[in-house]
Amino acid sequence: MKFGVVVFPGSNCDRDMQDALANDLGQEVTMLWHKDRDLSAFTTEDCIVLPGGFSYGDYLRCGAIARFSPMMQSVIDFANAGGKVLGVCNGFQILCESHLLPGALLRNNNQQFICRNVYLRPDGFVRDLLPSEDANGPIAYKIPIAHGEGRFHADEQTLNQLEANDQVIFRYCDDAGQITAAANPNGAARNIAGISNEARNVFGMMPHPERACSSLLGNTDGRAIIESLLMAKQLVG
Amino acid sequence: MTFTVEIKVMPHKELLDPQGKAVIGGLHSLGLNGIEDVRIGKSITLQVNAATADQARELAEEASKKLLSNPVMEYFEIHVN
Repeated sequence: MKFGVVVFPGSNCDRDMQDALANDLGQEVTMLWHKDRDLSAFTTEDCIVLPGGFSYGDYLRCGAIARFSPMMQSVIDFANAGGKVLGVCNGFQILCESHLLPGALLRNNNQQFICRNVYLRPDGFVRDLLPSEDANGPIAYKIPIAHGEGRFHADEQTLNQLEANDQVIFRYCDDAGQITAAANPNGAARNIAGISNEARNVFGMMPHPERACSSLLGNTDGRAIIESLLMAKQLVG
Repeated sequence: MTFTVEIKVMPHKELLDPQGKAVIGGLHSLGLNGIEDVRIGKSITLQVNAATADQARELAEEASKKLLSNPVMEYFEIHVN
């Protein structure tokens, strides 16, 4: 498996992602320029990553303009063909704007840009790939967030459908793994921090696992998160 | 003919608008306590070349649906001059 990290004007977590994937996870990584369209070096066994940042200055709406960039047209085709796509933070917003994932990310309910560590609990099909409990109870993964528009929103029917299909993959929780209102940093519907598409090959999450992959940074919880998504098997048909 | 088309994009009424909430706090600090609610959206002005006002509206509608608004979080109103 190799990785392509898309660089938009205004991306600012692209190099962090490249560094985490190449140096912490030992993967082959290619940077992809938003004006190019060529994904011929990638097969559906590979993974395209949309990094965090402020693509196109967050003009109009976060991710709205990036959706129409030449590279995104190829990424949408790649995802529809079954290739893996991971969007982190602004990447998650782009995936929602591209209709590869349902819902939208609204301004945080406390009106602030939030930059701090939060705790995540694996949910949905990711529970089979990443331990969510051990003998001591629930496991909480410590991962940083840094966003102003991270409040996941979708209508009730969509939320119910996401849950019924095991597509809610991460929820905000406290350090003991309890999913509470107090542990919800931005007012996201049902504490949702990350979701997948129905076919389980497109993933979006607001927290930044790539910032928690190096022991030099004092937190390696992000490694298991990225690795679990790479193990996900696409549902066929 | 060139038409001036005004598009108003607003957050859905049932959604919390944190920007409006912050601004109402400021208005109340100014002593303007009669203001009960603030919601903030966008106003977009297009110059549209079309044969008729209806065609200009149609084009603006397509633009609003495809890019200028996101139906998950916003609704829009179009006014053609």
